[in-house]
Amino acid sequence: MMLEANHLNVYYGNIHALKDVSFSVGEGEIVALIGANGAGKSTTLKTISGMLRSQTGSISFLGEDISKTESFRMVNKGLAHVPEGRRIFQQMPVMENLEMGAYTSKGDITEGIKEVFRHFPRLEERKKQIAGTLSGGEQQMLAIGRAMMSKPKLLMLDEPSMGLAPILVEEIFEIIRLFHEAGTTILLVEQNAGKALAIANRAYVLESGRIALTGTGAELMQSEAIKKAYLGG
Amino acid sequence: MEFLSNLISGLSLGAIYALIALGYTMVYGIAKMLNFAHGDVIMIGAFTVLATVATAGFPWYIGIIASVIVCTVLGVTIEKIAYKPLRKANPLSVLITAIGVSYFLQSVALLIFGSGKQSFPTVIKANPIKLGSLIIQGNSVVTLIITTIIMVVLTLFINKTRLGKAMRAVSEDKDAAELMGISVNRTISLTFAIGSALAAVAGIFYGSTYGFVDPYAGAMPGIKAFVAAVFGGIGSIPGAMLGGILLGIIENLSKAYISTDLADAIVFGVLIVVLIVKPTGLLGKKIREKV
Repeated sequence: MMLEANHLNVYYGNIHALKDVSFSVGEGEIVALIGANGAGKSTTLKTISGMLRSQTGSISFLGEDISKTESFRMVNKGLAHVPEGRRIFQQMPVMENLEMGAYTSKGDITEGIKEVFRHFPRLEERKKQIAGTLSGGEQQMLAIGRAMMSKPKLLMLDEPSMGLAPILVEEIFEIIRLFHEAGTTILLVEQNAGKALAIANRAYVLESGRIALTGTGAELMQSEAIKKAYLGG
Repeated sequence: MEFLSNLISGLSLGAIYALIALGYTMVYGIAKMLNFAHGDVIMIGAFTVLATVATAGFPWYIGIIASVIVCTVLGVTIEKIAYKPLRKANPLSVLITAIGVSYFLQSVALLIFGSGKQSFPTVIKANPIKLGSLIIQGNSVVTLIITTIIMVVLTLFINKTRLGKAMRAVSEDKDAAELMGISVNRTISLTFAIGSALAAVAGIFYGSTYGFVDPYAGAMPGIKAFVAAVFGGIGSIPGAMLGGILLGIIENLSKAYISTDLADAIVFGVLIVVLIVKPTGLLGKKIREKV
């Protein structure tokens, strides 16, 4: 397994946010974490990337224990995280945002930038524009493009469809599929369970900090419980 | 002619304030804290020159190099020991700690150098420039030239280099910067190093302008530079430069034409007016957010 998280317990003060969460992501997979608001999806991603610490258990990435690794070292290990709310650098131009995505890479980054522009031609048109003035969809594209600049082995996406118009959601999911085909393993957090299950090889359902269900995307889509709770009947 | 001469010495005083204000504003921008010990780093820098040049008899350039090194190490050490453990603490605790560090540095200087004013050695040897009836102090010219060079280099560094961009990224969003592989701790150390090195240079100019140094010599320029940083828009680098220079000019012209005693009151009065009209300071950024 590329990523293996075992028995994670994460607290915000007195609040027990992740309760004994274990899951794994195999190389070349798209794995989705779905669940309601506050179920612990973002907390899980933050714990993987070292922004939060688990009190127990272990996280191994490519065979190495990363549960104590500082978050700024994750990119170099091949782990990129597009956080909730995109968190692009609002006051920097599009171009500099992409440069920051390749902060740790030593070589020439023009090829990487070309690659991002090939997927997101709209970003090329706006490469000198201050990122804060982009539309929501463009900001999401920039956030994904910025993460791709580090050429990650595992890309973690936190709610890439949040707040986007349906047509943009389609576009973003298409890009995720393309990156996946190009060899990037993907861990996807989504509230849009239908979309996520349709694209995912496997998925985990989080409920109040616990993993309640797991299965292949197709299996979960057929599950009555999932249909009721997340797919609108 | 007299006006021009007052304007130029105001400009030179302002350049010193600007150098100090840059330290305040950069640290605020990156670490989101007010380092009230910054003024005292200037004083330590000035005493370092005094100890190496006047006491130990080294040449002037050794004094300058020693001062820059001592201040840089001091600034980084202060951050590591006093501020870093408080990274997630209440801002008031950090503020009180900074004031504590300020008194600590003053007390150390008091123990080593005593409380009296000591005359600052001549490290800037430049003859006054005469243009007709206008006489410009050599000191002012050197201060202005060096400060201009420093500001240009700093601006290029922040805007064009990889490290400078990383500093801006950290100042905007620490978590996102970490996810890009930027170490926030190292960036904060770098910021303290740059700010303190600038403080050392400011200390040399300040000592040369006023001709003396004592353990409290850093307090007043420190406060004024803080005012300059707020005046220009705290967190903004061009703002600190502009704020510092305007403050120096206002102070010097007030001294020349209004009243020496009231000069400081006028300076702080102008700050109050600016903050009433534009609370973010002259070049302060409006927070722009799109959700």
